[in-house]
Amino acid sequence: MINRMELLKLIKNNAKLDPKEIAVMLGSTEEEVNNELSALNKEGIILGYTTQINWEKTEKESVIAMIEVKLSPMRNKGYDHIANLLCKYDKVASCYLVSGDYDLMLIYEDDNLREVASFVSEKVAPLEGVLSTKSHFILKKYKIDGIVSEKTEKDNRQTVIL
Amino acid sequence: MDYSDKISDVVKTVPPSAIRRFFDLANEMKGEVISLSIGEPDFVTPWSIREAGINSLIDGFTHYSPNAGYIESRKAICDYIENRYKVKYSPNGEVLITVGGSEGLDLVARALINPGDEVIVVEPCFVAYKATVRFAHGIPVVCETKPENDFKLQPEELEEKITDKTKYIIMGYPSNPTGAVMNREDLVKIKDVLLRHPDIVVISDELYAELNYVDDDPCSLIQFEEIRDRVIMINGFSKSFAMTGWRLGYLLGEKSLISAMTKIHQYCIMCSPSMGQLAIIDASYNGLEYVKEMKDEYNHRRRVIIEGLKNAGLDCFTPAGAFYAFPSIKGLGLTSEEFCERFLVEKHVAIVPGNAFGDCGEGHVRISYAASMESIKTAMERLAEFVKELKEGNR
Repeated sequence: MINRMELLKLIKNNAKLDPKEIAVMLGSTEEEVNNELSALNKEGIILGYTTQINWEKTEKESVIAMIEVKLSPMRNKGYDHIANLLCKYDKVASCYLVSGDYDLMLIYEDDNLREVASFVSEKVAPLEGVLSTKSHFILKKYKIDGIVSEKTEKDNRQTVIL
Repeated sequence: MDYSDKISDVVKTVPPSAIRRFFDLANEMKGEVISLSIGEPDFVTPWSIREAGINSLIDGFTHYSPNAGYIESRKAICDYIENRYKVKYSPNGEVLITVGGSEGLDLVARALINPGDEVIVVEPCFVAYKATVRFAHGIPVVCETKPENDFKLQPEELEEKITDKTKYIIMGYPSNPTGAVMNREDLVKIKDVLLRHPDIVVISDELYAELNYVDDDPCSLIQFEEIRDRVIMINGFSKSFAMTGWRLGYLLGEKSLISAMTKIHQYCIMCSPSMGQLAIIDASYNGLEYVKEMKDEYNHRRRVIIEGLKNAGLDCFTPAGAFYAFPSIKGLGLTSEEFCERFLVEKHVAIVPGNAFGDCGEGHVRISYAASMESIKTAMERLAEFVKELKEGNR
């Protein structure tokens, strides 16, 4: 039997592992791993496989903003209606409902500051139910989804230790 | 001055290492090779433990501690042991914090051995077992373990080695270098031997106890009430908690013996490093979740190594603990040292000749999986190539 959480953790850290490798690491068979992976897909647990890229090292120029959105919930629909609407925009990379002073947190990426500003003022703010917004621009990414962008620790062990 | 006739005989008789040549060669090639030859975790100490060490400096813990260690640290160790082994030790008198497990080996030897006493050393084993016995003017008597018994200590073979001069037995499980583990059933048989020989002490080196891939809870001879006063546990934080450089270990045992060892420790060391002693409080109470993470990762690598050895066509019993595999290279026409030297030079992978861990390790090599998965995979591919080339060359 495959331990589902163990499998998920493994591919969370390295999506490039193929089922054969996973089978060895988990002490299972390739067939079992394939079955479990398709079940996880079918159940909507695995949403997709992406690559973590440090865009700062490429020539790509872009601006990422974290946009706080304060809402008044709509009758019968709560916050979901507005959240779903905002998710329609491709440039909204993430959208979370959060506790605290505001309700939605959007991670939004665009070419430049002006584009972000127009998204906020023309698309988000006018929506019915949006009370206010507050935007924060990301200056530097130190750690992205568990991966540190610039490693400061290196292996300083001796070659042979008995 | 020429010291060759001044250095003590006992120091002269202990060789620096059985694999000196290989050592030198591996060091020369540092930086160009994949090292599966390292007996320490590749993980850095978990951050919360490091933070506790940093905070100890901020709070001014830069002084000597009591000889046996801070009472809070000793208490943390006893609580950890009770949590994991369900055995109670008193922080006042039954535990001594040492400079790594290694100091524990030395203290035991110096506290127990009179010149001429015999010590049964279960081999293949960590290199310091025999050396510390010799430095204390004892006579190491080797009890070999074999791959056909999964490198477990066999009760009848142990009993054959016992004489009226036997002072103690020293064994380390999970084992460096074999990866063998003694489970409760195996230990019961050893306990029965000990019951028949009521004067013999047993030193159980359990540095790798948390790295057991078969049983979640460690088992130990200390769990047998009827022999507990004859068991000294050597343990520490180096391997399980990835804290090798901190040099912190401990001894657990009967009060009068701990007191004798504390006397030696007091005069030689004074006390273990204070800042680390505060870090091990955090390790004892909060460290197990990190241990679990590291253990899962080691376990994945272990399976990849086993598969890699199978693909390379090398016989290997399935290691159940520590972070080593100890495959046989017999039948390839090379000694362990020749095998490792050629593998190093031709394929740029460092592994350790088995004879470094005792004569019965000859014909084997120790492969450490305290290395990244990427390194392990590449090394296993090269091993398969190398073995294939050897076999073709032998034809």
